[in-house]
Amino acid sequence: MFDAEALIIALTVFVLAIFIGYEVITKVPPTLHTPLMSGSNAISGIVIVGALLVAGQADGLVGQILGAIAVGLAMINVVGGFMVTDRMLKMFRRSGQK
Amino acid sequence: MSTDALFHMNITNVMYIIAAILFIVGLKQLGSPATARRGNRMSSLAMLVAVLATVVGNDIMSWEWILGGAIVGSAIGAFSARKVEMTSMPQLVAIFNGFGGAASAVIAAGELIRLIDDGATIAEDVSITIMASVIVGGVTLTGSFIAYGKLQGLVPTRPLLLPIRNVINVALLIGMIASTVWLVIDPSITAFLIAGGIALALGILVVIPIGGADMPVVIALLNSYSGIAGAATGFVLGNNMLIIAGSLVGASGLILTRIMTKAMNRSLANVMLGGFGVEDGASAGGEEETRPVTSIQADDAATMLAYAQSVIFVPGYGLAVAQAQHQVRELADLLKAKGISVRYAIHPVAGRMPGHMNVLLAEANVPYDELKDLDEINGEFQRTDVAVVIGANDVTNPSARTDTSSPIYGMPILNVDQAQSVIMMKRGMSSGFAGVQNELFFLDKTQMLFGDAKDSVEKITKEVKEL
Repeated sequence: MFDAEALIIALTVFVLAIFIGYEVITKVPPTLHTPLMSGSNAISGIVIVGALLVAGQADGLVGQILGAIAVGLAMINVVGGFMVTDRMLKMFRRSGQK
Repeated sequence: MSTDALFHMNITNVMYIIAAILFIVGLKQLGSPATARRGNRMSSLAMLVAVLATVVGNDIMSWEWILGGAIVGSAIGAFSARKVEMTSMPQLVAIFNGFGGAASAVIAAGELIRLIDDGATIAEDVSITIMASVIVGGVTLTGSFIAYGKLQGLVPTRPLLLPIRNVINVALLIGMIASTVWLVIDPSITAFLIAGGIALALGILVVIPIGGADMPVVIALLNSYSGIAGAATGFVLGNNMLIIAGSLVGASGLILTRIMTKAMNRSLANVMLGGFGVEDGASAGGEEETRPVTSIQADDAATMLAYAQSVIFVPGYGLAVAQAQHQVRELADLLKAKGISVRYAIHPVAGRMPGHMNVLLAEANVPYDELKDLDEINGEFQRTDVAVVIGANDVTNPSARTDTSSPIYGMPILNVDQAQSVIMMKRGMSSGFAGVQNELFFLDKTQMLFGDAKDSVEKITKEVKEL
């Protein structure tokens, strides 16, 4: 599936994404660190993409079941993570704001 | 490849780029409470785009299983997101981390089974990334569940130290490397299951020796792992979307881990080796404290507050335990109505996870512009009439600044001792988690107000109203 060139490209993407993540996330103020964690929890639910690929391409029953489990676990993260983050962020108000 | 398939693949990749941009901009908008909610929505839109892109670009053969999994997962996620108490947020994040790790491990299993069934030779890089995915995923799964158990009080929060744990850990690491080599040479489900089992055991063994008070560091680290597990899965499947989003989460977790260890004056290695608080707890009881402290009652405290010009509240986890956030906000409103400036000084380790105290106060309708972090507020104490410490201890101990022999020397603290006067609400004279006596108690300017925090704040509020 992978050749050396593709692996290098993947590594390049990985390294650059780590740097972008570092730059963006150091600017998140301490007040928002809990929503940041639950929000990034939701983002780690991106494995839903992998789960779909595995579930969609499975030939046997075992593969399909594994795919369905992976999809379910990832969806807990995605739906739960984004919803709970929104619930928290809704509570943050400025002075005088209702 | 047919032109049609190529066309679909290009659409998918373009959509992945759009999703990546949305994720990054969404995180950037978390830079301010004013835009954060929009940022979170942008991230969820990014997730939708990524899912659609995947569905468009690939032949999904059977939908029944996928839909079943998606419905069950969404329902569990939505239910827990709605029901969870804000005080239990660390537990929720811990358990979600665990599920994320589990998903990565299960995907790796599914991909390995498919590759073995296909009968083609599996390239080394693919088998290595499959192993990376299951190992990081497995450790994240059980590690997160132990962390959840400790936070919830299901697993003893004290550090549990196995006598030969280092031998066991080394044996497990060797087993992990051996099974990886085995899988690379001869791809088999057995090698995979052994590595998976070892990873699950390692997750338990790594987290169990860590004390309950260190769980914020563990959760931040496991948060990072769940991202790294996702990125590893991206390498397995050759999917850039997974690599990008996984790396963003990995970076976020690492940054938070570093912030927390710095705020606790510990190194990551020191936290992970565990056992903190075991030896300290024993020695702390040795010295009997005989120095006098000044204590006051609620009515005097009310007078001090009502005639002040500026007040800083210093909440610690004790405040959340007493569920006194609402009472404190009520008192603060009363003081503000008298024209007194009120702010809150929040230490990074005030709650059970990074930023936890801010959420608890936001829930009690405290405006976020009154919540100040360490760097913002420390210069302000000397211009402040009264600092009210509620349920915080070690993070206010001036020995951290002055006493080189103190175990907490060098730890960043809130300079409460520089305020004109200090009201310290506490149940008794016990020392904090670090097992050191707080020098703040014995200053002339410090008044101790003993009792339950919620009760004391309510009494003060009542007295202030009557003034």
